[in-house]
Amino acid sequence: MTMKTDPNKLRTVLVTDCGSTTTKALLFERKEDRWHQTFRGEAPTTVEEPTADVTIGAVNAFTEVQELSARAIVREGEVPFVLTEGDPAQGIDLYLSTSSAGGGLQMLVAGVVHNITTESAERAALGAGAIVMEAVSADDGREDYERIEKIRHIKPDIVLVTGGVDGGATSHVVEVAETLVAASPRPRFGDTLKLPVIYAGNADAAEGVSSILSKRAHVVVVPNVRPSLERENLGPAREAIHEFFLSHVMSHSPGYGKLMSWTPVPIMPTPAAVGDIVQMYAKQTGQNVLCVDIGGATTDVFSVFQDRAGEHIFNRTVSANLGMSYSVANVLVEAGVSNIARWLPFELAETDLRDRLRNKMIRPTSIPQTLEDLWLEQAVCREALRLSLDHHRSLAIGLEGKREKGIGDVFKQASDRYELVDMMKLDIAIGSGGVLSHAPSRMQAAMMLIEGFGLQGVTQLAVDSIFMMPHLGVFASIHPEGAREIFENDCLIHLGASVVPVYSAKKGRSNTLAHVLCDGQLLGMIQVGKVSRLVTKATGRAVLRIVPEHASIDVGAGPGEEFEREIMLGECGVICDGRNRPIVFSERCAEAQSQVFKNVGLIAEDSCV
Amino acid sequence: MSNALTPALAVTSRTTLRRRRDLPIPGEILVREGDVVQGSHVVARALLEGELRLVRAAELLGIPAEDVAAALKVRIDDDVTEGAVIAEVRGLWGLFKSTVLAPMSGRIEFVSSSTGHIGIRAPSRPLDLPAYITGTVVVVDPNRSVIIESECTFVQGIFGVGGERQGRVRILSISPTTAVTEEAIPSDISGSIVVGGHSPTIGALRKAAALGAVGFITGSLDDRALREYLGYDIGVALTGDEAVSMAVIITEGFGSLPMSTRTFDTIKLVEGEIASINGATQVRAGALRPEFIAPRGSSASALPCHGRGLDVGERIRVIRVPFFGATGQITELPHDLERIETGAHVRVLRAILDDGRQVTVPRANVELLQREAAST
Repeated sequence: MTMKTDPNKLRTVLVTDCGSTTTKALLFERKEDRWHQTFRGEAPTTVEEPTADVTIGAVNAFTEVQELSARAIVREGEVPFVLTEGDPAQGIDLYLSTSSAGGGLQMLVAGVVHNITTESAERAALGAGAIVMEAVSADDGREDYERIEKIRHIKPDIVLVTGGVDGGATSHVVEVAETLVAASPRPRFGDTLKLPVIYAGNADAAEGVSSILSKRAHVVVVPNVRPSLERENLGPAREAIHEFFLSHVMSHSPGYGKLMSWTPVPIMPTPAAVGDIVQMYAKQTGQNVLCVDIGGATTDVFSVFQDRAGEHIFNRTVSANLGMSYSVANVLVEAGVSNIARWLPFELAETDLRDRLRNKMIRPTSIPQTLEDLWLEQAVCREALRLSLDHHRSLAIGLEGKREKGIGDVFKQASDRYELVDMMKLDIAIGSGGVLSHAPSRMQAAMMLIEGFGLQGVTQLAVDSIFMMPHLGVFASIHPEGAREIFENDCLIHLGASVVPVYSAKKGRSNTLAHVLCDGQLLGMIQVGKVSRLVTKATGRAVLRIVPEHASIDVGAGPGEEFEREIMLGECGVICDGRNRPIVFSERCAEAQSQVFKNVGLIAEDSCV
Repeated sequence: MSNALTPALAVTSRTTLRRRRDLPIPGEILVREGDVVQGSHVVARALLEGELRLVRAAELLGIPAEDVAAALKVRIDDDVTEGAVIAEVRGLWGLFKSTVLAPMSGRIEFVSSSTGHIGIRAPSRPLDLPAYITGTVVVVDPNRSVIIESECTFVQGIFGVGGERQGRVRILSISPTTAVTEEAIPSDISGSIVVGGHSPTIGALRKAAALGAVGFITGSLDDRALREYLGYDIGVALTGDEAVSMAVIITEGFGSLPMSTRTFDTIKLVEGEIASINGATQVRAGALRPEFIAPRGSSASALPCHGRGLDVGERIRVIRVPFFGATGQITELPHDLERIETGAHVRVLRAILDDGRQVTVPRANVELLQREAAST
């Protein structure tokens, strides 16, 4: 018996995501109506000493699914699965997995011009699911020795070298290769192996770069990520990253050789799988999507936005040190105390705030017991979202399709870059990670997304129910339709929509910014500076119409224009935020935030918080 | 995954502990199985490849990259000394000479006709790997690593900064419940690991470091004192490489918490002995906590060690507000999830705190305390 990969024959699929701390197993089953996510089991990941074998944790997670589902799944043997034969109620048809254990895929990227080739290399690496440990450029302002010193001390899994457009000068990219040789970084795994290096730069320099690096590295050459100034070609580099991930990273990680033999489908890096499902959803629904996965150590942001040429462009960034437990103190360091405190509906002394977050850092599995402590964590989440979105916007760049001729090309290019992320054009924001998915109230999750991302216009809000996006991403590689059905019905929990008018000082004297109508019925009005929640009769699809009060008020369709669209509503209804963007905080922000919490029902009206 | 209990940190006066000492690259092992080593003994050595310096010869000589080869005064693999002429061109009628001097001693590794750069590799330098702990070499992996076993007193902290150090254990003459001020730091602590009190002021930390203490173990630390001691804010709990002369280890947490009696009493048993400490902390998967290891000397007595699970009657410490730092005894372990103030449904326990309060706390927010016992 072998596993099935024909989507028409699949009925039961077991999928794991082997994370740094937890291995999560999900069972997907084809029922009469559609595909469902039915059972879930989890166990500590066992990639570290003393067990140092990822399959032990995986089998523990399978066993939990088996116990909960009463379906025979696990058996003794080289491939530890009971495969479906006569009885469809027993066994599985296919096993799939993603992995981010051991810190995920860690890469070094190097290029010639920071905001041209190095940025393209970064986008290729991030899109393939990697964490970019360092990005070096010939023009990054550092001296040779500084660059070399920096590279010497990191142990990447893979290096991506790029530089130059095809047909351009070769000397600078050869220089980048020399810098790498000088630094001689060693691979993280298999210290007797040569470092995997992908060259994706000027094709004319490929031979020179290979000859310099080949003594110390295993070099593969792929087409240029930036064949011309106005065009990117990230696919071949991403495929090469994925191949090295399997052959050099996975196969040398503890137990992964065995895990890989259990599945006929290549194991995907977790963020790459999430990226795939986000892209699939954006493509199928034609929406601009922003998705965040905020974990304990890192925050990943994924987006799909239409560029000026009308093409949907996918981007992923990872903010490696913004997170809710291991990295919580780094959010404090990057955001500062006052930026966290401004989201609190109560006063908290700076010393207390700092010590509480430091204690969370050193005891990351502890949970908030009091509302105040919960609000502090959610304030940190807002800042982590803000900072990670800033980072994402800086890298999610569109390139103009116009080709400039002449010596000024390089300089011209810098001015032809534009931000792809346009918050006014964002259709749906999806939150994932414990602080959002498991917030005690859905309204808390909605407010974290609205305030953390600084949403504008009309945006649908959703959270991932139990973080199954990685599982769905790898499942989509075999059965896209099944993955879509589970994503829409079991994974996404629609919270509602936010409406945030943006206006200038000329908006007129009225305190009313806009009228909100749902399926033709007036729900209420949006007032200047006020946050309110408008309750809708039902959840599900509804036509939302927003009528601005003045020609200078933009509710998402342009200044003065009415907005009308069918959207998905949820238990939070329509949340109207009359605070202009960016929000201006008063000195008494605890009082103001307390009022916001009261208005949306997070604090009882008669509470004196 | 239902047991969310935060594992207790090890505090034991007698245990057998192994530490593996790995070379970063293959090298030479200098000890044999059965050898007894002190913490400072070098047990292995490796030669680290020297740095490579790029010399921009074409730019310095003002010639095209492809002409550098013709201007060379050395060949690939030649050894050169700092200041030696490695490339030279002569100008009109041979009158004006331009030269490139070696910026350091080393070996010529490459000459690039694409960039006109010359690469000089510095000589390899030895890396000595100390034993770190006093004990017996029990395993030798040729060219790679050794494992050292020690009969020792072993205490884990919750957070630390600074890497491996060895020093003599010096207990402060203040109680564990007293905050450490400058006045509490004695003057004769050079080479010592200072132990005691809690929440040292920045003045106390600086004084101890200035007097030559190599380590400071205390109950807790104020976030501000840590920031001032390091000169910067730590964002991620991944420490050990800080450029500080004195490693600092806290045993309880941030804020103002006295060192637990058991921890203090355990370290006090080895007062005056040479101990090894490491402030390195890594809270992520494969967690690494700071540690104190002292070989068990003949004068050391033992405190009984109890390895237990979460159960009614066990002593706990709460590690999160609103009862942060309080200790008490478990009275009930309800099976079903319960709703707590935040609205979340979680597994809880009930306990009676030492001040008499009866409380309900999430199980994720407690850690077990080992039973207190008098020294024997």
